[in-house]
Amino acid sequence: MSKLLTRRYIDQIKVMFGKEPAKPAEISPAAQTIHFYKKNNRSEIERLKHIRAHETHKSHKWRNRRWATLIFANLLFVFSYWLDIQVLEGSLTASRFVGFHMADLNSALQVMLAHKHIITNLVIGTATVLLLWALLGGRTFCSWVCPYHLVAEWAEKIHLYLAKKKLVTDQPIDRRLRTVFWIVFALLAVITGYTVFEAISPTGILSRALIYGAGLSLLWVVALLFFEIFFSRRAWCRYACPIGLTYGVVGILSPVRIKYKLEGCFHEGDCRKVCLVPHVLDTVIKGRAVEPEVPLGPDCTRCGLCVDVCPTGSLSFEVKGLSKLL
Amino acid sequence: MSDNENDKTPAPEPAKGGAPVSRERARQGRRKVLRTILLTGGVLGAGLSGYLPLVYSRTHRLRPPGALDEKDFLSSCIKCGQCVQVCPVNAIKLADLTDGFGVGVPYIDAREQACDFSCDAVQCILACPTGSLTYEKPDFLPVREGAALAQKPTLIAKMNDPEPTLNMTERMGVARLTRPESCLAMKGEGFKGQARGPDFKGTMRYTKVDRWKPIPVADHPYDLELCDLCMRECPIAGAISLEKFTGPDGKTRARPIVHENCVGCGVCEMICPTEPASITIVAREVWKS
Repeated sequence: MSKLLTRRYIDQIKVMFGKEPAKPAEISPAAQTIHFYKKNNRSEIERLKHIRAHETHKSHKWRNRRWATLIFANLLFVFSYWLDIQVLEGSLTASRFVGFHMADLNSALQVMLAHKHIITNLVIGTATVLLLWALLGGRTFCSWVCPYHLVAEWAEKIHLYLAKKKLVTDQPIDRRLRTVFWIVFALLAVITGYTVFEAISPTGILSRALIYGAGLSLLWVVALLFFEIFFSRRAWCRYACPIGLTYGVVGILSPVRIKYKLEGCFHEGDCRKVCLVPHVLDTVIKGRAVEPEVPLGPDCTRCGLCVDVCPTGSLSFEVKGLSKLL
Repeated sequence: MSDNENDKTPAPEPAKGGAPVSRERARQGRRKVLRTILLTGGVLGAGLSGYLPLVYSRTHRLRPPGALDEKDFLSSCIKCGQCVQVCPVNAIKLADLTDGFGVGVPYIDAREQACDFSCDAVQCILACPTGSLTYEKPDFLPVREGAALAQKPTLIAKMNDPEPTLNMTERMGVARLTRPESCLAMKGEGFKGQARGPDFKGTMRYTKVDRWKPIPVADHPYDLELCDLCMRECPIAGAISLEKFTGPDGKTRARPIVHENCVGCGVCEMICPTEPASITIVAREVWKS
């Protein structure tokens, strides 16, 4: 990775913790050339290409794959218990996959901080999951496994419909809040000795509700969805959830990510409109790409919505190292 | 910004950031701060409300075998329910929102379904990934006086096995004859029929019927001269006995006596045919001689 890209990536890490994305101070000559030619240089042929791209491009490929994976993973938990097939026992907070321990990183962290005693099985489970998501992209957990992500995605559709009808407006909230929550819940676990966050984690609540049956705690999930539909779009995942930040940090060095190619981009921002975390797509704004190819920041959930929506194929999944290897 | 703070000469610019801020922008900024405070308050309020049930709780939950003391149990449980999944009689349930921080934490409602050790090996302890349920407590956690069992409990169903004991070092609670006035044995009465009626869903292992598979209690009717169900079905050797005595009317009666071997599994509470149960488990109770 070039020095500029590294600097940009470090900036993106800061953005994950809540910093507002800013214009890059320096842009590579190669990228500058492309930026220059894009300026006031749109030919008639390009315009026609543009229109055609929008006409032919309607894809839900990655969304469908992701939903299938998410539903499959959660059903595997459910059926392992209901049908006693014992492949994936437990729930999302901790489980055993054909006997191997797995522990959700944030839940495990909360337990370790609250209980202040760690047994071997928990260490094994945490290490396994850490390695797994470090390889698969950190916040990939959010969009590909977390059941709350899916229901929130559906609630988001309602929100966007109501917003189109001008019945609601999206009220943005300070993104630094998530970092504050992460610290506060970690401190609460240490001080109170209770896993305070686990009591309100919609991921845990939903996972248990699916496997062991619904309960009153679903009311909390409903309240969150209500807030997201009528008040602030995807508020929990965007501004509150410490699990997302934990996995985001894990994903900093992950090889799986979305890559942006400057050359073909129309800079229309369709990708930013569908994105859960639009600040990672700051790079696609006209004049902000520091290199002809820029990987997105670690806060990206690798959900692929931007890949689906991009009419020019300027955004794509990339596995670092693998493409070089092939 | 930090430059401004350190600057000792009075700054001529009115705005701190340097760029002029429009009134609309400033209003939007204030609103954003308010919304942020709202979400902060909502989430933290919801989180900390988990304290309330703990403060106000009068009754104590019966926890699965091998559970740490309540406070440690709540802090170490990762709420995954693996203990629920391995229990052959489905005795373990996960608590709901009303338990506050205890939401998603396992408990046993002995009257509905007691732990009868059908698994032979306290599987739930084996399944626990965080050591919330444990065979042996770590050194830094003290054992409450009277909570430790004098010896490993002997499981009657395993009496003929080379290893007849259960790997349990502490009790879950202690059985107590809480309503002696309604106890059939104390009244000198017998019992005929299904212990908990035909609609009772609970299951139990009857070694004489099937050594391995638990069957519904409703499928196993009784016909007893003098009710001795609590002693008869107790899975632990030497935990309950009946002390016979003659009442003022000359009838033979019996008093259930709970001994130190009692682990607090709750089978006596589940099987007791009176409504409500005459013998119940006092959860997390210690043995007092």
